[in-house]
Amino acid sequence: MGNKTPLYEAHVAAGAKIVDFGGWDMPLHYGSQLEEHHAVRQHAGAFDVSHMTVVDVSGTDARAFLRHLLANDVARLSTPGRALYSCMLNETGGVVDDLITYYRGDNAYRVIVNASTRDKDLAWMAKQASAFDMVVKERAELAMIALQGPEACERAASLIDPGWREQALALRPFHAIEAGDLFIARTGYTGEDGWEVVMPAERAAAFWRSALDAGIRPCGLGARDTLRLEAGMNLYGSDMDETVSPLEAGLGWTIAWEPEDRGFVGRSALTEMRERSDRQRFAGLVLEDKGVLRDHMRVVVDGIGEGVITSGGFSPTLERSIAMARIPAGDYDRAKVEVRNRLLDVRVVRMPFVRNGKAQIDIQGDKS
Amino acid sequence: MSELPGDLLYTSEHEWLRKEDDGTVTVGITDHAQSALGDLVYVELPEVGQEVEAGGEMAVVESVKAASDVYAPISGEVVAVNVDLSDDPEKINADPYEDGWIVRLRPTSDDGESMSPDEYQAFLDELED
Repeated sequence: MGNKTPLYEAHVAAGAKIVDFGGWDMPLHYGSQLEEHHAVRQHAGAFDVSHMTVVDVSGTDARAFLRHLLANDVARLSTPGRALYSCMLNETGGVVDDLITYYRGDNAYRVIVNASTRDKDLAWMAKQASAFDMVVKERAELAMIALQGPEACERAASLIDPGWREQALALRPFHAIEAGDLFIARTGYTGEDGWEVVMPAERAAAFWRSALDAGIRPCGLGARDTLRLEAGMNLYGSDMDETVSPLEAGLGWTIAWEPEDRGFVGRSALTEMRERSDRQRFAGLVLEDKGVLRDHMRVVVDGIGEGVITSGGFSPTLERSIAMARIPAGDYDRAKVEVRNRLLDVRVVRMPFVRNGKAQIDIQGDKS
Repeated sequence: MSELPGDLLYTSEHEWLRKEDDGTVTVGITDHAQSALGDLVYVELPEVGQEVEAGGEMAVVESVKAASDVYAPISGEVVAVNVDLSDDPEKINADPYEDGWIVRLRPTSDDGESMSPDEYQAFLDELED
């Protein structure tokens, strides 16, 4: 028996197929993962993401601590309510976790990390904290619901107190507001518009029910994974881990190299790696043939070398298989993937594959 | 879970067999199997004329979640494959015992082990515990 979110009973009652995810009993789907995927691309879906770990960092040195801890620079968060995606690295430049930090004003930040990495993240933060005058506090009593899709905010508007509604609807991407005891952020993990709402656990069941009553479809972790894959968003543990740097996981854009005198954890290791010209590429693959690309499959680039698929699957939007892969350096747009002892043709593309309901790559199979 | 069709035989690999009047055997995967796999997105079919051995790999069904081998429940020659599955693999989810059939075999021997509907139901019940 794993940990259960405040919505577990609601998931079971709705006929969800429950699976273990990082020690949590979570809904995989409520009948059809494909239909849930399409609901988010075309209308609106609700995800229980209460298993994720909310950590509040506050005190005199909160900002200095996060500037030391994270590869991205929270000094970029100039006004309260702004959010920043970042990696938290170890000394060798490997990724301990990826996370989002929200600035709440008055030396206070909210950091949301993954569920399956909770224990090691908290231990790592504690280890890095000693020289700083601030408090790191896990907020296990909070639940979180993601409302995603082109119609998500509009449909969910009725769930927000009228006093805050207009402000919530006006939020720009990667901005948040605190609306009473709701923390509402215009963020997500699907490549669609939407909100992620953090709230007291005791409010979660009613909020979830209201979202469903507003025509938002409940969606499980299965759809969450195919949506984020199409959106070209990394999954911790698959696309990067403690042995992989952000530079090899397509996350170079999240490293704040300036100012040069900011000495964040992992900086010197990253600086060395940055100079290397043989560094592996992180790219998208699109399967030309029928079949399904899966995690760990071997990628072969003729005359250049080999790589590996870090996340592979079927794209319901493109109706073909796509993958993220770490592949050899070089300028090429064709490769092969070994699928059950056969080498199948793939195109190497820039991600995302899909954004805001639309294909971002040419899916006719022509050279682009 | 819906009731098992009474005119079929079943295997421990969650395949079903139907003995046709012309002596051939139609094979598919059970409702339990399709439900466990989730939405199917690809089916790899054998060639017509191919010989298969009882217990050997015969086809592959891939869902959003994973790939899964379909084993030949008996030895035989492939006399037909359900080509509709190439474009509509979800037929297996929607109708595993009829439209979602996978392969038709002409048996070449009397091998392979199968269960009656009652035996398969008991087998499933045991899996649930």
